[in-house]
Amino acid sequence: MSLLIKNGFVYDPVNGIDGEVMDIAVEGGRIVEKVDEREAHIIDASGMIVMPGGIDIHTHIAGAEVNSGRLLRPEDHVYDFEPKTAITRSGVGHSIPSTFTTGYRYARMGYTFVCNPSMPPLEARHTHEELEDTPIVDKATFPLLGDWWFVLEYLRDGLIKECAEHVAWMIMATKGYAIKIVNPGGLEAWGFGRNVRDLDDQVPYFNVTPREIIRGLCIVNKILSLPHTIHVHTNRLGQPGNYITTIKTMDCVKDLATSDKPVIHITHCQFSAFKGDSWANMKSGAEDIAKYVNSHSHATLDMGQIIFTDTTTMTADGPWQYTLYELSGNKWVNHDVEVETSSGIVPFRYRRKSYVHATMWSIGLELALLINDPWKIYLTTDHPNGGPFTSYPKIISWLMSRRAREKTLEKINRKARARSLLPSIDRELTFYEIAILTRAGQAKALGLKSKGHLGVGADADIAIYNINPRLVDPARDYKTVRRAFSNAAYTIKGGKIVAKMGEIINVPDGRTYWINFNMDCDVFSQRDLADLRRKFREYWTVEYENYIIPESYLKVSAPITVRVGV
Amino acid sequence: MKIIIQVTPRYQFKVPVYAECISPNVFEGKGLEEISRLEVWEGNRRRRLNELFKLELVKDEEGELTINLVGNFSKVRGIGAKMSKGRIIVDGDAGMHLGEGMSGGEIIVNGSAGSWAGGSMRGGRIEIKGSAGDYIGAPYRGSNEGMKAGLIIVHGDAGREVGCLMRGGLVKIYGSVRHFVGINMVDGTIFVRGDCAGKAGAGMRNGRIIICGRIPSVLPTFTIDSIRPNVDVDGERIPGPFYRFIGDIADGGEGKLFVSKVTNPHLSHYEKYLQ
Ligand SMILES: [Zn+2]
Repeated sequence: MSLLIKNGFVYDPVNGIDGEVMDIAVEGGRIVEKVDEREAHIIDASGMIVMPGGIDIHTHIAGAEVNSGRLLRPEDHVYDFEPKTAITRSGVGHSIPSTFTTGYRYARMGYTFVCNPSMPPLEARHTHEELEDTPIVDKATFPLLGDWWFVLEYLRDGLIKECAEHVAWMIMATKGYAIKIVNPGGLEAWGFGRNVRDLDDQVPYFNVTPREIIRGLCIVNKILSLPHTIHVHTNRLGQPGNYITTIKTMDCVKDLATSDKPVIHITHCQFSAFKGDSWANMKSGAEDIAKYVNSHSHATLDMGQIIFTDTTTMTADGPWQYTLYELSGNKWVNHDVEVETSSGIVPFRYRRKSYVHATMWSIGLELALLINDPWKIYLTTDHPNGGPFTSYPKIISWLMSRRAREKTLEKINRKARARSLLPSIDRELTFYEIAILTRAGQAKALGLKSKGHLGVGADADIAIYNINPRLVDPARDYKTVRRAFSNAAYTIKGGKIVAKMGEIINVPDGRTYWINFNMDCDVFSQRDLADLRRKFREYWTVEYENYIIPESYLKVSAPITVRVGV
Repeated sequence: MKIIIQVTPRYQFKVPVYAECISPNVFEGKGLEEISRLEVWEGNRRRRLNELFKLELVKDEEGELTINLVGNFSKVRGIGAKMSKGRIIVDGDAGMHLGEGMSGGEIIVNGSAGSWAGGSMRGGRIEIKGSAGDYIGAPYRGSNEGMKAGLIIVHGDAGREVGCLMRGGLVKIYGSVRHFVGINMVDGTIFVRGDCAGKAGAGMRNGRIIICGRIPSVLPTFTIDSIRPNVDVDGERIPGPFYRFIGDIADGGEGKLFVSKVTNPHLSHYEKYLQ
């Protein structure tokens, strides 16, 4: 079926289109030059905004950890449920919605591509099973490789090429998309009841440093020509004074950038942008980080904005989750994933009246507003760590309206308000910039060529929001903006209308993107393979044969083939 | 001087009925006609209140609203949920989640009540003449929003985890309780006139538990602190003597667990730690 979206205000930053009134034609799931108007289904988008489908570069929606979170929190489900309809399934969950509900809620907001950023390789099968049950949206998932014993051993021994071969094997075996690094070295140290204090602190037993891990995997990432950069959750996340670690982390791979192409992505940067040396004098480090990012081009960031609500924190950062348990006294889960990584879960409520929480709220927005180039920072909450993804429309309204920010500022902790940089920031993002923060920029960072734009040949993933940029002043009518972004007038996925004014009308399966390496050399030389099998025997509870996820296991496989000459 | 609306089941329910609308706050200001159209769930079926219950206006004078439930309501859940005023009198048994989240008013059950009676209560009064199920005053599964204020009296026995995660208010059980009374409680008072099956106060941070009957043992994470001649509960002097324990130390707790000395001679070995 062909579609013709007529007369919308189109925001397509990749192609430099800034609110021009134009038609978008769709045929065969892609955007085309034109369609036969007599045969196409016409969508009248006059007075509405047309954007590429939303992209979320970092959202924990599937896998063992997310599911443990669901089990841990029946109280998160009891008041937030969706009954089934003729075509949708029932589901529950405010901060950790069930899989189907996750897909529907993203689709309602006009999102069509999401990245599950933290997959213990051992749990890859579970993760893909849940992603399969997350309908409509396309997805990708990032295996955790920063504390992986093999990687640590190869890097310790300076075997970069072997490390790259191994990472390639891992990404293919787990059907992953990018290299995720969480608190490099810290997770392994946690196995010894410790953490790493800085970039140059040695990891017990392995005798490598976080710096060596980050640099090593950054080089591996380049060797393998992965479409995304390394995706880094910094050391010392959530600790006062960590902003300096974040800057050092970006700086430690600066020399590895040979073009304007970024080489590192710092995720949920808000949690890594604290100044001060204790919770009492903790304050924003956003200005320093923004200054660094503004004067360098090798790093991208996402916000990790917090929302004042009851949510669930979950990361692979075992020591940090333990700290959160100690701070909150809440129920908690902490887990060591064999030779691979760790993880933890703690329910958490961010309170307006808490100095620390209110400061964190401010930091997230300060980062997005002080970093001048919208292509360098993307909108996330690190769902559900900072708050559920369903709060994105609220964040959009804060970014677009000084008045919306002031309204919230009035309600937060007084000391935090007095120290917040927000009152001194006049910047209000435009719809064009919002389109970058929520889709175009993320697509670029992920190296997705056919996503995040509306040019001919792109996938027909489109969001139409019922808001007229000529009539609505987002700075003043921020509530209208929030409403419009909460329920897209139309969400189109692969050329099909999937949601209409908050109602799901079509439930196609999303595709799973993964990297399929086409190596010039044999990935596993016989020696390496024998070594790998031996290590599986010795270290894992899972055999080599059962570890690899075959492509046939994915419902809709979308491999991206990358040619590498190792 | 009051309005009394009588509610009687039309038949014996086989599946749970969710009827949070049976509350003075919801009934107030509505005619019988409007009340009878209120929505309830019978299993997974949406129903009108009068399809399941016969409604009758017994007395109609100016004043406080009383809802009189007559018959077997043991399958009916959420009676009086979130109510803040008025009265509910149950002549029969009440189901789970009775008075959940209520903040005022009164519920009297001339029979027994199911689990979670007074769950997450914020105020008001519940009196159960028979026995009660598990989780009296406890929050919904997983939540830590335990009972904050108000009074729950159970004349018969109660089940496990009475006052789980309680943060305030008073629970009085005149019969016996099963395991884990006052588990993870933060504040408030639980008074048990009968016996306790054990594990009293596990994880408690603060608040008081008083057990007049027998308890097989006290958790090892409680430490004896003194022997008290009596304890005051809501203005009433409960004669002792009582062993007073402090715990749960495993959670850094400073809760007080009073256990009758006379009915628990097997605990006398603790006395040597008092010298
Ligand atoms: Zn995350």
